[in-house]
Amino acid sequence: MSTSAAAPSPQPARVVLAEADIDRALTRIAHEILEANKGSKDLVLLGIPRRGYPLARRLAAKIAATDPGVKAENITGQLDVTMFRDDLKRQPTRAPLPTQLPATGIDDKVVVLVDDVLYSGRTIRAALDALVDLGRPRIVRLAVLVDRGHRELPIRADHVGKNLPTSSAEKVRVRLAETDSVDGRPVNEVVIEDRTA
Amino acid sequence: MRHLLSTEDLGKDDAVRILDTAEEMAAVSDREVKKLPVLRGRTVVNLFFEDSTRTRISFEAAAKRLSADVINFAAKGSSVSKGESLKDTAQTLEAMGADAVVIRHWASGAPARLAASGWIDAAVVNAGDGTHEHPTQALLDAFTMRRNWARINGTASPGTDLSGMKVAIVGDVLHSRVARSNLWLLRTLGADVTMVAPPTLLPVGVAKWPCTVSYDLDETLAAGPDAVMMLRLQGERMNAAFFPSTREYSRRWGFDDRRLQALDSHGLKETIIMHPGPMNRGLEISAAAADSPRSTVLQQVRNGVSVRMAALYLLLSGETHAAPATIQEAQR
Repeated sequence: MSTSAAAPSPQPARVVLAEADIDRALTRIAHEILEANKGSKDLVLLGIPRRGYPLARRLAAKIAATDPGVKAENITGQLDVTMFRDDLKRQPTRAPLPTQLPATGIDDKVVVLVDDVLYSGRTIRAALDALVDLGRPRIVRLAVLVDRGHRELPIRADHVGKNLPTSSAEKVRVRLAETDSVDGRPVNEVVIEDRTA
Repeated sequence: MRHLLSTEDLGKDDAVRILDTAEEMAAVSDREVKKLPVLRGRTVVNLFFEDSTRTRISFEAAAKRLSADVINFAAKGSSVSKGESLKDTAQTLEAMGADAVVIRHWASGAPARLAASGWIDAAVVNAGDGTHEHPTQALLDAFTMRRNWARINGTASPGTDLSGMKVAIVGDVLHSRVARSNLWLLRTLGADVTMVAPPTLLPVGVAKWPCTVSYDLDETLAAGPDAVMMLRLQGERMNAAFFPSTREYSRRWGFDDRRLQALDSHGLKETIIMHPGPMNRGLEISAAAADSPRSTVLQQVRNGVSVRMAALYLLLSGETHAAPATIQEAQR
């Protein structure tokens, strides 16, 4: 997961996904989700804060656009995993964010977890633990915008926007118009910054 | 935030953060599994040198919902009655591995002493000390008021403060740590506070407090407060004659049925009646007022668990012993 919504850093950064690339990737993922699920039946998209949630909403909108029987807001939710992280004792205190489930709940649903960057896999492990306390989905799948490798747990994504080979000295930043702005202007982009530079 | 000792030195950002965190904790109480794994393997000690039901149970419930282990310690029936000092008691608990000590003490300043003395490493939470402060009570009162205030204003409560809200705190202000903690916190959050009490039950320095002082409850109610907080008459701390009779006190400063009707006739539909408990029914609050839809007494108890969960979480979840954060960890 990338961090703060701050202004551009002085470090050299290169854009790996521009706005149109992100949109194309999300369109493809939306279709993949529908294909894997054989339609939109029982589908619930849960975004992991902060940037997974806007991505989940965008995916839901695309699914609703192809399937008129679906209302985007009825299948989207937010899943906060702060309390389930394994690094709480190593990090400065984080304030939890709201968890909001669709009114139908998640019991016996096909839940697709949505996050921006898949890295160590620890956030997803926390999300799986958080899900257990909320109900029992029939299937849990994972969709991410970027998979940058360096997994530390046996976790993989079902739907990936872009596989991005990185070194662990690099930082992958996802900026979305809903959460981020550069110079006061909302942006949609994925950039790689080299933190050793 | 290392300790939670008073609301007087609690900044607005920290206060709002605790209340916002409490909102998320409250959501956990509505879930099927009312438990979070955040404090697994941590030990919270409830160190109570003074009687208490709801505060101790509330802290115990809060710690257990966060999966902490809880040790309850009451001074009665312990080595304290053999003359053990606070220092020795605290160090004994530390040796047993307490990560947080929730302390209630009859002496004002005992929690601050515990936190500043270097006797123990654990986080100290003040659960009421003498007539000084009771910060978690003030936080749960503010949480209750904020939810009602947000509902009246038609907004969502997270992130907001209490600016513009008028609060009357009525009764035994002199002996009340709840009144003091509430005053500091409510001022920080932007509310206007009026203290209503007989002159004998106001402390000496009250003129310097950032509040209005009134001796007339009816006048204050006519001014249209948004919340009326009744304080318990603390008989156990009264060693002098502060008013002629309980009947006279009840007529002039108690929230009786007549005043409950007065709220309606003033057209104050949304005014809430609060009480930190335990209530002396028929003395500072009538049964009809305590059980009316305006009363938030049970909401306050429910919110107490959420607020204490938030406080324990924020005190205990951060970096413990400044572990060197590697680049990888910082990015997660």
